[in-house]
Amino acid sequence: MKKIINDPDQVVQDMVNGYIAAYPEKVRLIPNTLVLARKEAPIKGKVGLVSGGGSGHEPAHAGYVGKGMLDAAVAGEVFTSPTPDQVLEAIKAVDGGEGVFLIIKNYTGDVLNFEMAAEMAEAEGIQVEKVIVNDDVAVEDSSFTTGRRGIAGTVLVHKIAGAKAESGGSLKEIKQVADKVVANVRSMGMALTSCTVPAAGKPSFTLKEDEMEIGIGIHGEPGIERKPITSADEIATELTNRILEDIEISKGNNIAVMINGLGATPEMELYIVNEKVQGILHDNGIHVYRTFVGEYMTSLEMAGISITLLKLDDELKTLLDAGSEAPAFRS
Amino acid sequence: MELDVSRTIKWIKLANEKIQMNKDYLTTLDQPIGDGDHGINMARGFQAVVTKLDEEDYQEVSDVLKDVAMTIMSKVGGASGPLFATVFLKLTNALKGEQIINQKQFAIGLNEAVSGLKQRGKATEGEKTMVDVWSPIADLFQTNEEVDHSSILQTASNALEKVKDMMATKGRASYFKEKSIGHLDPGAVSSYYIFEALAEVWKGASK
Repeated sequence: MKKIINDPDQVVQDMVNGYIAAYPEKVRLIPNTLVLARKEAPIKGKVGLVSGGGSGHEPAHAGYVGKGMLDAAVAGEVFTSPTPDQVLEAIKAVDGGEGVFLIIKNYTGDVLNFEMAAEMAEAEGIQVEKVIVNDDVAVEDSSFTTGRRGIAGTVLVHKIAGAKAESGGSLKEIKQVADKVVANVRSMGMALTSCTVPAAGKPSFTLKEDEMEIGIGIHGEPGIERKPITSADEIATELTNRILEDIEISKGNNIAVMINGLGATPEMELYIVNEKVQGILHDNGIHVYRTFVGEYMTSLEMAGISITLLKLDDELKTLLDAGSEAPAFRS
Repeated sequence: MELDVSRTIKWIKLANEKIQMNKDYLTTLDQPIGDGDHGINMARGFQAVVTKLDEEDYQEVSDVLKDVAMTIMSKVGGASGPLFATVFLKLTNALKGEQIINQKQFAIGLNEAVSGLKQRGKATEGEKTMVDVWSPIADLFQTNEEVDHSSILQTASNALEKVKDMMATKGRASYFKEKSIGHLDPGAVSSYYIFEALAEVWKGASK
């Protein structure tokens, strides 16, 4: 293992400390937790938004804490859900009296821990609603989930639900719009190399020099097929077609596209993929309203990409365009 | 048989000993179906529970159980943390205010624990999860006037035998469907240790 770290057991704490040092004007650390909250939270009269999960997916989720997106992010150990007491602290830190909305990726551990925190918060008199994101079309059940996995599409849920909350939306309205995003967002990824969990010290899996894995999860969970690597155009075509088979996007529909790097893939390659994706969508008569290219939901140092498509209506367009001051997402 | 503060503490400490002793075995069970950390997580969590219990003085059984639940919740992690925390939290709530817990009260507590567990894990009997150990034990206490230690042991080990032959449809093991038959669910085995420990405390108490 070759990593720029001090102590494998301290990576999350060290990262969180460094993050706070980078954005002291935007975020604060809730004492004795790994919860990063917006400096001004709780905001009276605004619904609080909380997300989080295992670490190793940076800039998710702390990078999305800021005006127009999340009010708090809870960092678990690498690829491990945060515990309910941590999530509860986040909920309490951002409740401005209008309730708190949780955005959860669909992994068994995340769902159990966040739901338990939600019940505890409700027992303390805080109203809580949630959405479970399951945008990955690759596999139905996996070693980490029952049902589909939540991946990069989660960032668009943060953005749109965040904009709704910022504009004064009620807990119920935020839930409605978040459900709408989840119903209309689909993703799929692929990898060239594995990631290495610091505490494990060795790669989670191995791919041969000329091999790639289609449909891989953001923790290195198995995808659907291992095969010899093909060109960027062929990879873009395969992933885009799989997504289009799963969700009906008709001629004339407006969509948002996200080309996401998994950690070790250069932006150059992301743009090469993007060109092909845009071409396919254009050929299908689909109108691309917004495109996001970059690292949004990574898997440590995995080389690979994911493609996300979100079908938009007028409400989602407006919310997607609304301002965000989160360090990792500028509108 | 009745459960007081000192017996409750003894129960949990015995359970911890069994989990520590079988840490590697539990991890081996978890490797093919999960991420192989069940034994490590449970051992770390229950050790923290025992440390906590040694630090405090308790007046009521429910206070002991509450600390067990809260420590498991913050120290075990993964999917097991909230599941084991839930059963102890439900027991805590059901037994609140009682100095001495009789069998009938304990039966009510176990029933609450099982329904909480089913709700948390969105699971029911027959799905190869820890529910399949907790539920038969709750039934045993519910339907028998005098439960003795050997019936607790018998019920727990019968339950575990049945779990082995089930096909997983919930949790991570469901990914392996048919392949899961013949394999033991690590959460069910940890639950077995908890009841094996209970049986030993029960034996010591009823004489």
